[in-house]
Amino acid sequence: MHSVAEVAGWFEEIIKEIGKREESLAPKLELHVNHEQRVHEDGLERARGNGDEIESSRRLRPRPEEPAKGGRLEGRLRLRRYVGIAAYLLTAALSLAAITPASAYVAFVSNEKGNTVSVIDTDTWTVTKTIKVGQRPRGIAFTRDGKFVMVAVGDDDTIQVIDAKKMEIVDTLPSGPDPELFAQDAQGKTLYVANENDNTVTVLDLEKRVRIGDVQVGVEPEGMMLSPDGKILICTSETTNMAHFIDTATRKIVANVLVDARPRYAEFKTDGSELWVSAEIGGTVSIIDPAKREVTSKIKFAVPGLRSEAIQPVGISLTKDGKTGFVALGPANRVAVVDGTTHEVKKYLLVGQRVWHMEFTPDEKYLLVTNGVSNDVSVIDVAAQKVIKTIQVGELPWGITIAQP
Amino acid sequence: MSVTTVHNPAPTRSGFSAGEYITCLIGIVWREGLRFLHQRERFISALVRPLVWLFIFAAGFRQVLGISIIPPYETYILYEVYIAPGLMAMIQLFNGMQSSLSMVYDREMGNMRTLLVSPLPRGYLLFCKLLAGTAVSVLQVYAFLIIAWFWDITPPPMGYLTVLPALILSGLMLGALGMLISSGIKQLENFAGVMNFVIFPMFFASSALYPLWRVEEGSPWLAYLCEANPFTHAVELIRFALYGKLNWVSLAVVGGCTAVFMIGAILAYDPSRGFVRRGPGGEA
Repeated sequence: MHSVAEVAGWFEEIIKEIGKREESLAPKLELHVNHEQRVHEDGLERARGNGDEIESSRRLRPRPEEPAKGGRLEGRLRLRRYVGIAAYLLTAALSLAAITPASAYVAFVSNEKGNTVSVIDTDTWTVTKTIKVGQRPRGIAFTRDGKFVMVAVGDDDTIQVIDAKKMEIVDTLPSGPDPELFAQDAQGKTLYVANENDNTVTVLDLEKRVRIGDVQVGVEPEGMMLSPDGKILICTSETTNMAHFIDTATRKIVANVLVDARPRYAEFKTDGSELWVSAEIGGTVSIIDPAKREVTSKIKFAVPGLRSEAIQPVGISLTKDGKTGFVALGPANRVAVVDGTTHEVKKYLLVGQRVWHMEFTPDEKYLLVTNGVSNDVSVIDVAAQKVIKTIQVGELPWGITIAQP
Repeated sequence: MSVTTVHNPAPTRSGFSAGEYITCLIGIVWREGLRFLHQRERFISALVRPLVWLFIFAAGFRQVLGISIIPPYETYILYEVYIAPGLMAMIQLFNGMQSSLSMVYDREMGNMRTLLVSPLPRGYLLFCKLLAGTAVSVLQVYAFLIIAWFWDITPPPMGYLTVLPALILSGLMLGALGMLISSGIKQLENFAGVMNFVIFPMFFASSALYPLWRVEEGSPWLAYLCEANPFTHAVELIRFALYGKLNWVSLAVVGGCTAVFMIGAILAYDPSRGFVRRGPGGEA
């Protein structure tokens, strides 16, 4: 950003210089008109004429009838105007430079193969620390108070708790075998964990850090999402191809909605009016009416030049106003921008390879996405709908969570 | 004092004021500009060439890139975005060669005599001509950028300003090269040779169409050749400038080549060496 101000500075200098020259040249030009004309005619005589040459040079000859004083005054006025414009541009550039630094958040990224968590500073967009964690870290989230980060380490059959300030593991939480994704209630008291290998959802008391119950679900549970009122828990099972509606009070399944093959992730609109469920193999996102508990429409994707098999929707992020949805398309290396009301795909943004999960910064200015195969995280400017940067992280980044430390 | 100068039929070359130099510069640039604006076909063809590359060639090669992030880019980019600076440089390359073509034409038609008969130093006249050609090429590039914007090639807004000095310098370099070549061409028909021996090798053996790391994968010596090609550095200078960055190596190479080509062109058009020796063949 430094360069912007610099450039504006040069610009101002140049304009000043032009202004000065203009002033000093104005009277001289007039004095030389006679001489100029003479030399020109002389030359033409020798060359024996070329029509357009004469015409163009005549048009350019300074007009002798312009009074010298008026010209100078005008020049000075013009100079002042130029300097004014330059000063305006300069301040605009400086203010732009001043706005750019965002309020610093930190993003924690779980690297499934590297068995690490990368910490990204959203001010500088650099990895500030890499924390060693257990085997196969995937689901990752800040606790509601923002003090800890929980990460599900599937091959160690547990959830590790990282102190967000000290950036080290301080505790573990019990879970079933192979925990993958989890959801917590608004108060941060209860945690629901999908255990991929056990076909169960484990319910944990986060304050006492103990297991308080289990819910039997379909085969290979993965996506976990609580409704905004906290009454319904959605669990998608990859092999059963269902979104299970679980009553959080009774911990019983109250409805099953069939979606397309391999549902990966579920996301509610903030007002609870819609539930979006992505189907990796089916290549669609199903829009479910949570009241009627049925699929009302489906979003389909088509990226020019890509085979349809390459389009595998996984992560979903919806803006708080529900107007825009982002869907990560896995090996298509694209994030689809979807209109939240019409459900039409507006744009495909190119990111790294095998884009998986996504998370907004709390101010919703940026959306960070993990690219598993290219081992990096891409940053999307939400308002501009543009990818602005890609940051190298650990091996096979999978999940991501962002908060103010 | 000025009266004596007026009556002197052959003014000395050192005694001109800045105003006269500027008048001469404006005159030449204006003529070139008028000529360009009046030839709409030329303007359109100058635009169509890069657009064909952008719309047709790039569409077919969409999947070529997106594997590695190279500076000045900070994220993955589509192939269209990659080749845009290369196409901007291509516009300037063709324009440079075209103005060299027009020099040959001017010489055949005798217009050049009118220009060179001016008492101002010849080197300065050639420089003005070069600047005029560059101004035209910069206009073409900006027209291309406007169309490219609708094709999702959207560099940062500041980039449109920061790219200007890079465009001027690379335009001067390619124009000077064209001028140097034109001094060696006697007839218009020989221009096809320029296409084969200058434009195509320069364009293809450069970073305009593929990043150098990709060329290196195929053949390391070709990558060296590309690295040594001044056109590569013109492309990189434009590419970096378009994203508000400066590539010092490219700046040095382009600046150096501009100086060398320009001195070469001035020497080649020196009456005692180049132009006059060949002159009678063209005019008589």
